[in-house]
Amino acid sequence: MRYAMAIDTKKCVGCGDCVVACQTENNVPIGYCRDWIVEVTDGTYPQLEIEIRSERCNHCDNSPCVRCCPTGASHYIEGGIVKVTPHKCIGCGACIASCPYDARYSHPDGYVDKCTFCDHRIKQGQQPACVAVCPTKCMYFGDLDDPNSDVSNVLKKRKYKTLIPEAGTKPQVYYLI
Amino acid sequence: MAQKRRDFIKISSLSAAGLIFGAQQLRSAIPPYSQTELGDFGPLSSQRTPTYCEVCFWKCAGWVYKNQEGAIQKVVGNDNDSNCNGRLCPRGTGGVGMYYDEDRLKNPLIRVKGKDGKQTFREASWDEALDVVAKGLQKVKEEHGAECTALLTHGSGGHYFGTLLKAFGSTNIAAPSYAQCRGPREVGFIATFGEGLNSPEPTDIRDTRCLVLIGSHLGENMHNGQVQEMSDAIDKGASIITVDPRFSTVASKSKFWLPIKPATDIALLLTWIHEIIENEWYDKDYVERYTYGLDLLKAHVKNYTPEWAYGITTIKPEVIRETAREMANAAPSVIIHPGRHVTWYGDDTQRLRAVAILNALLGSWGRRGGFYVPEKASVPSYPHPEFPKPQRTWRDAMGGKYKLADLALASGVCDATIPSPDLNCSIKAWIVNGTNLIMTLPDQRKTIEAIQNLDFMVVVDTMPMEITGYADVVLPECTYLERWDDLRVVQGREPNIALRMPAAEPKYNTKPAYWMAKKLADKMGLGDYFAWNSMEEMLDWQLKEVGSSLEEMKRIGVKNLPREYGALYFRDGEEIEFNTNTGKIELYSTALAAEGFDPMPKYTPHMEPPAGYYHLNYGRAPQHTFSRTSNNPNLTDLMDENTLWVNPKVAKEWGLKNGQPVYLENQDGVVSDFPIKVRVTERTRFDSVYMVHGFGHANKKLSRAFGKGASDSQLITRVLVDPIMGGTGMRGNFVTFRFEKESEVKS
Repeated sequence: MRYAMAIDTKKCVGCGDCVVACQTENNVPIGYCRDWIVEVTDGTYPQLEIEIRSERCNHCDNSPCVRCCPTGASHYIEGGIVKVTPHKCIGCGACIASCPYDARYSHPDGYVDKCTFCDHRIKQGQQPACVAVCPTKCMYFGDLDDPNSDVSNVLKKRKYKTLIPEAGTKPQVYYLI
Repeated sequence: MAQKRRDFIKISSLSAAGLIFGAQQLRSAIPPYSQTELGDFGPLSSQRTPTYCEVCFWKCAGWVYKNQEGAIQKVVGNDNDSNCNGRLCPRGTGGVGMYYDEDRLKNPLIRVKGKDGKQTFREASWDEALDVVAKGLQKVKEEHGAECTALLTHGSGGHYFGTLLKAFGSTNIAAPSYAQCRGPREVGFIATFGEGLNSPEPTDIRDTRCLVLIGSHLGENMHNGQVQEMSDAIDKGASIITVDPRFSTVASKSKFWLPIKPATDIALLLTWIHEIIENEWYDKDYVERYTYGLDLLKAHVKNYTPEWAYGITTIKPEVIRETAREMANAAPSVIIHPGRHVTWYGDDTQRLRAVAILNALLGSWGRRGGFYVPEKASVPSYPHPEFPKPQRTWRDAMGGKYKLADLALASGVCDATIPSPDLNCSIKAWIVNGTNLIMTLPDQRKTIEAIQNLDFMVVVDTMPMEITGYADVVLPECTYLERWDDLRVVQGREPNIALRMPAAEPKYNTKPAYWMAKKLADKMGLGDYFAWNSMEEMLDWQLKEVGSSLEEMKRIGVKNLPREYGALYFRDGEEIEFNTNTGKIELYSTALAAEGFDPMPKYTPHMEPPAGYYHLNYGRAPQHTFSRTSNNPNLTDLMDENTLWVNPKVAKEWGLKNGQPVYLENQDGVVSDFPIKVRVTERTRFDSVYMVHGFGHANKKLSRAFGKGASDSQLITRVLVDPIMGGTGMRGNFVTFRFEKESEVKS
């Protein structure tokens, strides 16, 4: 099993619903976030393009954050999801420094926090909160090892990219372009 | 200067105890959990409560979930609701912030005058506060007549205060959502098709092949169902044509973006009409069968060629031709979208007439992928005595103008409050429910002048909005998550009803609007109009009348009912009588002609900004609704201030840097209260600046919103009134940059 997410930049309007839904689902304190919006404008008026991306932890196959964690707090669980065990985390910040995507933050309670792909929801057969709430339905989630999953299907049909592939982290969040 | 009846009172001068309590509330807003449980997030309480959202007017139905401690945790969309299909927008998801906002109004307040003459608010019991309201209204009735009272409202509480006012003897009930927003499109479509659009608009976006947006920034205005359907349409390969001086989010998703010169939309629309008629791209069978006035229209648009429009709109003739053909190729599955906030330049009804005419020519009205035929459930009102008939209304103060307005004008009520020798009706008391008129109505000076002429004003709100500072009595309403309300009955592809019930007890000393109105009715001897004992009893009675029950609705939240009046689309060759004078879709409007207005739209040039000034364009952000969400802790976390979009060429000329705060001064010398940060971006034209509406709050009690960004409302002092229906055009204002405020220079 290999969980992954595909996000359609052609449909995303950058409304930030994924950010709020994640906060209220996962008790992310106000002022912090596990996912966020990036908007890139190219060109000069009136020849313009915008790419809008909802970004989060890429749950990399080759995660620098897991490799550098001195206590084993950062670890993989089934399906390749990268997680942090708060009571094992000493808040040293090595993982924050190692992540090329800036996907982790220091929780005010003293540990490092990040996206979990809402594994608590997956266990109940639900989609991650961000995927479930998105008004443009621009996010697809599922098992890449299952050729019939939403995410496998959309990656077969569409052109896509990953972020900073040159970092060699093998990210598992794909952007449809 | 004459002494003001009303000094603006900042509610912040109130009890410090309230503030401390508020801070504690905020901390508890984040439900506690132990660190070790993070890996296996504990189950939410299985209890879920149905609601429909009140953060905007789309009213999506959803479920409120609580955590194990019993505190409200999240709101999630109801899968069976066609307004949201289980997906709330960021504002709906962030609706919990409205409940947890520690700056909420907490107690009834009464304006009192101290020995030193200083006016302040004093906390009062509900009984005392409602007594003051009842007496204030009764006094106006005795001295001037019940007709001299008015209700200005937004949101679900308006129904109860509306019932109270009608029982009292006045029908002056107005919502700014009409004359300050969607009114012109209703009148423009009624003049054409014999019916308006209402809400949610019956645009069949999910099946459209071509969606045309005239200044409408779908996706930034988060009209949930429409944004969802637009995304579906993109998936299915529909083309989008966006006309906007700004490179909006949806412009970036469009096959064609037409970066039009501001205020010239009618020229483009007339030229599209010209192209479609001249090339005979219109739906001949549909037009022949259903419309009136094609020959008149053809002669009228004869000279409106793409070359003519080029000089006006700056859109190249070949682009105008290509986009006209794009629409025609998609017809009848094409939508020239009517938009929502359309009070721009004062000729808005005519612009929306042009939009309606284009839709008629392409045969999209009543067709799949165009506009469907909506249906709405008919739910009976709880029985009450007949309302008295008022002798006069706000219309009597309008001198016979705006007769085609199909709803009351909030701006008209405001005008009818300022005494003038010509007026036959002078309003003396306002009930203001859920609308911050200071930021809703254009020309704040006029709104404040009207308020100073009132004998009495009561404001009902959840938040200490600017309008509360002018009230005689402030009544703190609980949020939608803490109250029962009327059933949601809105139009859609299927008739449907939705239930809102409280998920929690009202925080602080707040109450629902229905409770306030019923109590007031009792005090004013009008109790018979609120004959039910409880909302549960009233709702259960209503629901049983439509074959459901409160018990069922508590379980399902939303009920979709079968259509009763026919198909979703016109059938081929169906005989249809439209509700117009001719019984046809009127390309030539006999109703407008009869009132002395242009029966077909014309292009009129609008004022252009003087050198050094720029069109003040404004719009929405998907995270906010008007000015009402700008203190919501969850939503300010996404966006806590607006910025001023400035083209890089303009920025260079003025030496403006990204993030630099500037004040804005408009053509009438009004300077913004607060500076706004510049956002240098290619996404706006060199002749315009842009900001999101609803920021720049001046009330310190709004701790997160105070002084954040600038208020477009404050800078909208030139109002271009639509002569047909009284809509207040707000896009005729120009601004320039100021680097410091005069008062600051002096100090």
